Amino acid sequence: MPLPPGAPRDPLERADPAVAINPDYVGRTYEPSEPYEVSRVKIAEFATAIGEPSPLCRDRAAAQAAGYPDVIAPPTFAIVISSASGAKITSDPGLGVNYAMIVHGEQSFTHSRPLHAGDVVVAQSTIESIRQIRNMTTLGTVTQIRTVDGEHVCTARSILVERGA
Amino acid sequence: MTGPGYDDTAVGTELPPRQYQVTRRDLVRYAGASGDFNVIHWNERIAKSVGLPDVIAHGMLTMALAGRFLAEWAGDPGAVTEYGVRFSSPVVVPDDDKGALVEVSGVVTGKLDGHQVTVDVTARSGEVKVLTRAHAVVRLP
Repeated sequence: MPLPPGAPRDPLERADPAVAINPDYVGRTYEPSEPYEVSRVKIAEFATAIGEPSPLCRDRAAAQAAGYPDVIAPPTFAIVISSASGAKITSDPGLGVNYAMIVHGEQSFTHSRPLHAGDVVVAQSTIESIRQIRNMTTLGTVTQIRTVDGEHVCTARSILVERGA
Repeated sequence: MTGPGYDDTAVGTELPPRQYQVTRRDLVRYAGASGDFNVIHWNERIAKSVGLPDVIAHGMLTMALAGRFLAEWAGDPGAVTEYGVRFSSPVVVPDDDKGALVEVSGVVTGKLDGHQVTVDVTARSGEVKVLTRAHAVVRLP
């Protein structure tokens, strides 16, 4: 919806609201991210933020007793990595996303195994779909998270919805 | 710690429902931990200026709470191998000590190979469904 003149704007807004999302970008794959090192401290911080009490996210011995190499991340931790990679898409000026009008529509994660402390992973995002539905545009993206050795860990899919002006 | 056994879990088994309280403090904490600093999750003035009733929780926080619900049932956060949701309605978080209440329930809908089951999850805040099409694949001992 249009904002009244002089209304406070989301400082993250970056594109001209008049520019629609460019459908020609479907299929585009972006550069892989810099390697991200999964740390015990970050896993514990994230687990605390979502109230996840499991010792498998905090206690290395408990995680190893359960068969993991080190403490494991909760399943939605992958968003920390996939959204940083996905930001390459939403900040692409040629795509024309109006970030202030974006809401998160859908999200999914498919894990080959949990992320664990000590993993060094690379994320790479692709635009899967751009659809116009009434006055909204949906942007479907997929991000593959693999170790630097190429082992698949997680596929993260997002659908972002840009509300029309 | 150990979840229900695969062999003892039938289609139709209901997961014990849980309630999670979400306050403004939780939103700030999640913003910091996740790196999602979108202002609609902590600034009432801007949330209202873009047409929201008040500050809303990160959809990913709501999804994480329902993920925690699954992990608790399975006894292992690593057991939630597939997990997807649709964010059908925002969780509105008032500026008070109580915040919002998110109620999560689930039911086993199928049994797969590899000691895995499919679960349908429902999450509500008040009378409103905040997650729909919420499905997971969970590995059981």
